[in-house]
Amino acid sequence: MPEGGIGASVKRKEDFRFLTGRGAYTDDEVRAGQLHAHMLRSPHGHAALGSVDTSKAEAAPGVVCVLTGPDADADGLGGLPCGWGITSKDGTPMVEPKWPVIAQGKVRYVGEIVATVIAETAEQAADAAELVEVDYRPLDAAAVTETAHRDGAAQIHEEAPNNLCFDWDFPGEEAAEAVDAAFEAAAHTARLELVNQRIIPHSMEPRAAVAEYDKGEEKLTLYCTAQAAHAMRLLLGAFVLNQPEHKFRVVAPDVGGGFGSKVAPYAEYAIICWASRKLERPVRWLGQRTECFVTDAHGRDHVTEVELALDAEGKFTGLRVNTVANMGAYLSAFAPLIPTFLYATLFAGQYTTPAISCNVKAVFTNTSPVDALRGAGRPEATYLLERVIDEAARATGIDPVEIRKRNFIAADAFPYQTPVALLYDSGSYERALDIALEKSDWNGFAARRSASEADGKLRGIGIAAPIEATGAAPSAIAGQLGARAGLYESAQVRFNATGTVTVFAGTHNHGQGHETTFAQLVTDKLGVPLENVEVVEGDTDRAVMGMGTYGSRSLSVGGSAIDRAMDKIIDKGKKIASHLLEASVDDIEFDSGTFTVSGTDRTISIGEVAFAAYVPHNYPLEELEPGLDEQAFFDPVNFNFPFASYVCEVEVDPETGSVSVERFTAVDDVGNIVNPMIVEGQVHGGLAHGIGQALMEGAVFDENGQPLTGSLMDYTLPRADTVPSFDLDHTVTPCPMNPLGAKGVGEIGAIGAPPAVVNAVVDALRSHGVNHIDMPVTSESVWQALQSAKAS
Amino acid sequence: MEMTGERRIPAPRQKVWDALNDPEILKQCIAGCESLDKTSDTEFSARVTSKVGPVTAKFTGKVQLSDVDAPNGYTISGEGQGGVAGFAKGGAKVQLADDGAGTLLTYEANGTVGGKLAQIGSRLIDSTARKMADDFFDKFAEAVGGAEEEAEVEEPAEAPSAQAKSEGLSPAVWIGGLVAIAVIVLVIVLA
Repeated sequence: MPEGGIGASVKRKEDFRFLTGRGAYTDDEVRAGQLHAHMLRSPHGHAALGSVDTSKAEAAPGVVCVLTGPDADADGLGGLPCGWGITSKDGTPMVEPKWPVIAQGKVRYVGEIVATVIAETAEQAADAAELVEVDYRPLDAAAVTETAHRDGAAQIHEEAPNNLCFDWDFPGEEAAEAVDAAFEAAAHTARLELVNQRIIPHSMEPRAAVAEYDKGEEKLTLYCTAQAAHAMRLLLGAFVLNQPEHKFRVVAPDVGGGFGSKVAPYAEYAIICWASRKLERPVRWLGQRTECFVTDAHGRDHVTEVELALDAEGKFTGLRVNTVANMGAYLSAFAPLIPTFLYATLFAGQYTTPAISCNVKAVFTNTSPVDALRGAGRPEATYLLERVIDEAARATGIDPVEIRKRNFIAADAFPYQTPVALLYDSGSYERALDIALEKSDWNGFAARRSASEADGKLRGIGIAAPIEATGAAPSAIAGQLGARAGLYESAQVRFNATGTVTVFAGTHNHGQGHETTFAQLVTDKLGVPLENVEVVEGDTDRAVMGMGTYGSRSLSVGGSAIDRAMDKIIDKGKKIASHLLEASVDDIEFDSGTFTVSGTDRTISIGEVAFAAYVPHNYPLEELEPGLDEQAFFDPVNFNFPFASYVCEVEVDPETGSVSVERFTAVDDVGNIVNPMIVEGQVHGGLAHGIGQALMEGAVFDENGQPLTGSLMDYTLPRADTVPSFDLDHTVTPCPMNPLGAKGVGEIGAIGAPPAVVNAVVDALRSHGVNHIDMPVTSESVWQALQSAKAS
Repeated sequence: MEMTGERRIPAPRQKVWDALNDPEILKQCIAGCESLDKTSDTEFSARVTSKVGPVTAKFTGKVQLSDVDAPNGYTISGEGQGGVAGFAKGGAKVQLADDGAGTLLTYEANGTVGGKLAQIGSRLIDSTARKMADDFFDKFAEAVGGAEEEAEVEEPAEAPSAQAKSEGLSPAVWIGGLVAIAVIVLVIVLA
């Protein structure tokens, strides 16, 4: 058996390319005769759009054309599509206003495209954009999440009274009544009002696109920063461009990070495709960092009231959640899904709470559209739950560890049906918490707190026990819930004649390490050396159909498709081997790359079988096709449910309010692990992301919808000195729902870290009378909280 | 942003007004001012190159006077367009009063910015606006007050006064002009 199979921490195959500057990104695609697009964007959050006079710009040097909203209409372009529909509690469908690729009649957020200048050079396009004369009549804006749906707020879309997109109850009336009853009978209740602030994704590589139309073939090719090339092709081709799928190739080459923000089809991609088709020349666009700040889909932005009912023993009896979720100015592709089925279905957490109900009001505002961002709904759910549990611990006087243990779903209770639709696959929650407590030296905290106090510092410790649903998705269930697409994955495993293997997958690698992990699956199952396996993704003309990479689905869904395809390879290989070894196919066994006639020493390697399949001189051609190349689709029967226990310890300087994360212990259970080093890297990244949200990040708009945190001078990202050296461990509870036993890992850190950090900060400040503090927990907000607690 | 302040100009009101009749003086008092034109009795336009943090742009500013209550105070509103750099809008209430031998000018200004200015310069706007207002008043006080104290400085005051009279421009408008400049400074500067 070659080295590097499942369980081996092999170094990433792709890192040589990335670390030596040999990656090939979208902007590296240079085309002869290419033109450059510059997007002129609205400086207003909300304004009536009068004339857009392009005549001076069109006459500027190098300008080939200037495109406006009416041009898009005249050429029959559709609006940007939304991939998920939600039904309001009164049975009406969500309000889904048209999102034109270039603004028409009105601009509704700062950054919305008003005109596109296409010129011979990027500089000429940018210069000419200054000559476009736009008649804006500024309007009052509705930019604040909490008040956008109230009477008197400025109206953003005619078809959405009170800016309401949908008003959604879940799971329904019966559940709401059960929750009411739980609160009436409660011995204790805990309540919090909290904000899960808007955050902005920051991928290293800004969004970019290059479009090329071949008039001879009537074929359009789009290179772009996409996490899901096939979905991009489907959504842009069918809904916006009217470009037939078989005449439209989308390539997502190396992509420098996505975090969910590179899933949705964006206006810029549609515009340059349209322009290339119109002008019959390649057209390119590269987003500047300031453009990405306002146009990459943002994440989170919830204002929530959460209440927890408990009985006298501290058992949770009911949970009630009311949330206002900000959609931004238009509905991005998966925006409606995030504060609904990716959110409310996780309210059980790791606990047995029998009655849960919620109401979510999704509102339009004059801000950048919101969509998936690492965790997407699950961080918001986990945050409110783990925060209100700490508040309940305070209210009841029960220790935060004890109150969680009293309410954990027992390890022998799986599969476990929660009251919020999901059927949990497997778990062992108390064990993970016990390991986290042990590793974090929970019992030694009092001594460390005393040491901090002697130093004039406040020390706090906090727990979070996150769970999430990954592996989207069982397509039938997703369809019932409003999905407008299937969510299977597919893979093709091709033996080449000389015994090397090419894997074509519908997922996409933009930092997750697929080129290594997927190759390890092949090495493990087929016995092919790691270096002899290549993984191809992100090209609709090369890779098989796929739904892409997001929601921590690639290994459990895409990897399972590869596994199924390899099963087919082995089945066919056995037939070929039985011919070559002159034995019955029932007597052929396969292990570690070798076919053996059962009970004998007669063997043949899979490489020899592959060669025979492609050079079929001695081959059962009457019964079997030549070749060794198989494809499989995998549609999971359920989501899978990674979980974790995190312990965070912080020190707060009461004089300055500054918070430092001193220790962070993370015990994750992501099912079976293929490459422990890559999994650790994913956990590290997720934790850093979550700590960033807890302490630093936050998008701020003023009342006119002007973004005030529009650069890295004003929007703080975590750095190496923000995070401690993480103390990681894991348990393994294999997922019974897929052949690999794998669960997702890409998001859990970002889901669990925020409540762990905030619980720790509140624990540090509790003795000073502070029981809650909103994210981001900056030194200023801590200092203010201490001052106002002192004053009262 | 909101900003209030007061400045004592070491010259009698008449002299201040006279000095304000000279667009050249005003122009030299506004850092980066390329042109300054009166487009009507109550309207001015100016072109100013301004830099806020990383954003440098040419702004075209327009200022209107209203609620003119000569010679006590005015309300000014203005707007600066900075092309792709964005825009600034603002207003100011300005009052003048005799203060011994000099003139006391007080202002309450407010402004909003949009586009790239807000996006990447908002953190710097308050401090930049204050600095530019200070610079303006320093230069203006020097130009006007300096003439009073130092006879050999011949540039300001005399000739512009004649010019203003010849155009029949009321002092009130020029106080407005001062405000206008203040607003252009504050607003454009805001930018």
